[in-house]
Amino acid sequence: MKKLEDVAIVGVGCTGFRPLTPEFSYKEIMFEAATRAYADANVNPRKDIDAFVTCAEDYWEGHSIFDEFVPDQLGAVLKPLFTVSADGLIGLATAYMLIHTGQFNTVVVEAHSKASDILTFNDIVAFALDPIFNRPLGGHPYYIAGLEMNRFLHETGTTREQCAQVVVKNRRNALANACAAYGAELNIEDVLQSEPMFHPLNRLDISPLADGCIVLVLASSHAAKKLTDTPVWVRGVGWNSDTSWLESREWGKAIYAKLAARMAYKMAEVKNPRREIQFAEVDDSFSYKELQHLEALQLCRCGEAGKLTEEGITGIDGEMPVNVSGGALGMGYAPEVLGLQRVLETTLQLRDQAGGRQISDVETGLAQSWRGIPTATGAVAVLSREVK
Amino acid sequence: MLGKKRVAIVGAGLTLFRRNLKETGKELCYGATKMALDSAGLTLKDIDSVAFGSAPDAFDGIHMKGENMVDGSGAWRKPFSRVFVGGGTGVFTADAGWWHVASGLFDTCLVVAEEKMSSCYPHPAYAFTTIFDPMMSRPLGTTLIWIFALEMHRYMHRHGIKKEQIALVSVKNKKNALDHPCAQLAANITVEDVLNSEIMCWPVQRLDISPTSDGAAALVLASEDVAKKITDNPVWIDGVGWCIDSTYWTNRDLYYPDYVEYAARMAYKMAGIKNPPKEIDVAEPYDPFDYKELHHMEGLLLCKKGEAPKLTAEGVTQRDGDLPINPSGGLLGVGNPIAAAGLMKVCEIFWQLRGEAGKRQVPGDPRTGLAQAWGDLMQYGSVIVLRR
Repeated sequence: MKKLEDVAIVGVGCTGFRPLTPEFSYKEIMFEAATRAYADANVNPRKDIDAFVTCAEDYWEGHSIFDEFVPDQLGAVLKPLFTVSADGLIGLATAYMLIHTGQFNTVVVEAHSKASDILTFNDIVAFALDPIFNRPLGGHPYYIAGLEMNRFLHETGTTREQCAQVVVKNRRNALANACAAYGAELNIEDVLQSEPMFHPLNRLDISPLADGCIVLVLASSHAAKKLTDTPVWVRGVGWNSDTSWLESREWGKAIYAKLAARMAYKMAEVKNPRREIQFAEVDDSFSYKELQHLEALQLCRCGEAGKLTEEGITGIDGEMPVNVSGGALGMGYAPEVLGLQRVLETTLQLRDQAGGRQISDVETGLAQSWRGIPTATGAVAVLSREVK
Repeated sequence: MLGKKRVAIVGAGLTLFRRNLKETGKELCYGATKMALDSAGLTLKDIDSVAFGSAPDAFDGIHMKGENMVDGSGAWRKPFSRVFVGGGTGVFTADAGWWHVASGLFDTCLVVAEEKMSSCYPHPAYAFTTIFDPMMSRPLGTTLIWIFALEMHRYMHRHGIKKEQIALVSVKNKKNALDHPCAQLAANITVEDVLNSEIMCWPVQRLDISPTSDGAAALVLASEDVAKKITDNPVWIDGVGWCIDSTYWTNRDLYYPDYVEYAARMAYKMAGIKNPPKEIDVAEPYDPFDYKELHHMEGLLLCKKGEAPKLTAEGVTQRDGDLPINPSGGLLGVGNPIAAAGLMKVCEIFWQLRGEAGKRQVPGDPRTGLAQAWGDLMQYGSVIVLRR
């Protein structure tokens, strides 16, 4: 692969995440986040933006062909806009590719969640299961996460207490994040004694749903230098899909995260992730997922993530802060926005704009996402204050 | 101006298009993918990335349909993403494949489009009842044929076009499809047959409409240096374009598709085309309804506004005419498995430019061709320009 020029994040906009937003439609939250992002990047979408990428799935929205409903509130009427049916971080990777074709200088990426409009979330998730072999098994499809967690604990010797420590850390981190829906001061006992859900997952191991929208403005290096003094550079992106087929997947390991990271590290010329990545925002939709993903991303050795968490290494004052934003456990589970939640925090940290949760002297961070049950699809981005 | 890398199509594959195929969506993807890889003399080992396209999940009833198709599309443990722009998806999936390679991120990309409409009971048209705004339009009981009847009426009224002139498109395309081995509704019919067919929603009659179908299509794309090792006969993607108009279709004049013109201008600019009717040798505009072929010829700037019916009556758009339009038989003749139908058009131009279209081959050694699709609420245009 030939060496690629860097792409920068030059604008971010976020509505904040909340459990319920009955007073706003999805169009209104998209408008709010977009307006903030355009103001941050100091751009007029009608004149200055070359392409728009929105991330959505029909079933989350309750519409067929949902992309019909997105151009007006983004300022994208009669502009090149399209939808990827994917998490926002794959949307970011798509924008990255568009800019590298040389045909687009500025690209907007949008993802939103109105999960509170979904009356039967588990039934929608069940519709993602294979209709012939898996769906007839019935039950809440999060049982798949329970099975996976069991396998992960078994293979790595990780304990439930270590998983609970992830919840305690991330919910506490969220207290310092004004965008987070679920900041809380908990202890390990609270997690272990919360209602059993999908053994070994308890209620507090599972990230609760949230509404919200995030919009990013990306630019080529040439355009970025004109737009901002604080560009955050996308040094590498990677994404990958393992099978969504339950019968033939790897249950203990997050292969998709490993392969996506391999691609992103190669592009970013990261040889030793543990040393070169200073902080990470990783998917923690379920408590164990943060640990499983840290191992897949080679930020620690296999079986080590739980211990590092117990020792406080992944805490905000630790050597490798993880999910300082609060993660999905603290900010809320917003389908398809999760990757952009991670990118937003990484960007704010690298811009020194994270306020009370700012980590000092960071140069390079990582954002990672997973598309949730029942998928085995994930993406990774390596972001940096400096070009490589 | 071109992207950083010139992108070639080196293989194409297509399944049968039928009302009700026994194969699952995954199996259809496999069939088209295998044929495309075989035709290029490649295997999955040679594929770096997969761009997938499919229209509403409501047909299959599978949420996150793309994830379900990962295995069938040869994307297992590869970077995979799904684009979705309603009826425009098929041609747009080829555009997506283009940026995977033109960006320099990948040397090869497999482009796969699939649709299995027959799973939707009692009729696939029911999936379209959920594409309308839930507050403003759905309570009216709006159907897809309704709104296209409005558009057809407006187009006829503005230019004084008669139904007899429009019916010629259906006659031509169904006849062209007699030579297509995958075709679902090939037939020798007359203008009288069209005018006497069942009235669906005036002025739309049964033979004005393409059928609902199952099917899949695939392409193999490669960067210039890799393509030259694979084949002596590559077909180059020299222009891509796409555009979305406002959601509020009630607020614009339906007689002309501005968004198709904008998408075409984007593609023509990239391909350096200044005089489309002179420089395009063969075109596959989107023809889910017979009037749409005419409407789109005008939007694509292949003729003046209101002039397409005249060219059709004069035989200019016949396979042996000066500007062959839909030599494949189009959606009216070959069938309309939505995303797959759009990509079928790109496959057809690929075969026409390679001189491999058999009995469908247009005379005169065509060098430049175009395919276009249309989607959403009469609001999306996607275009691709190919050159030998």
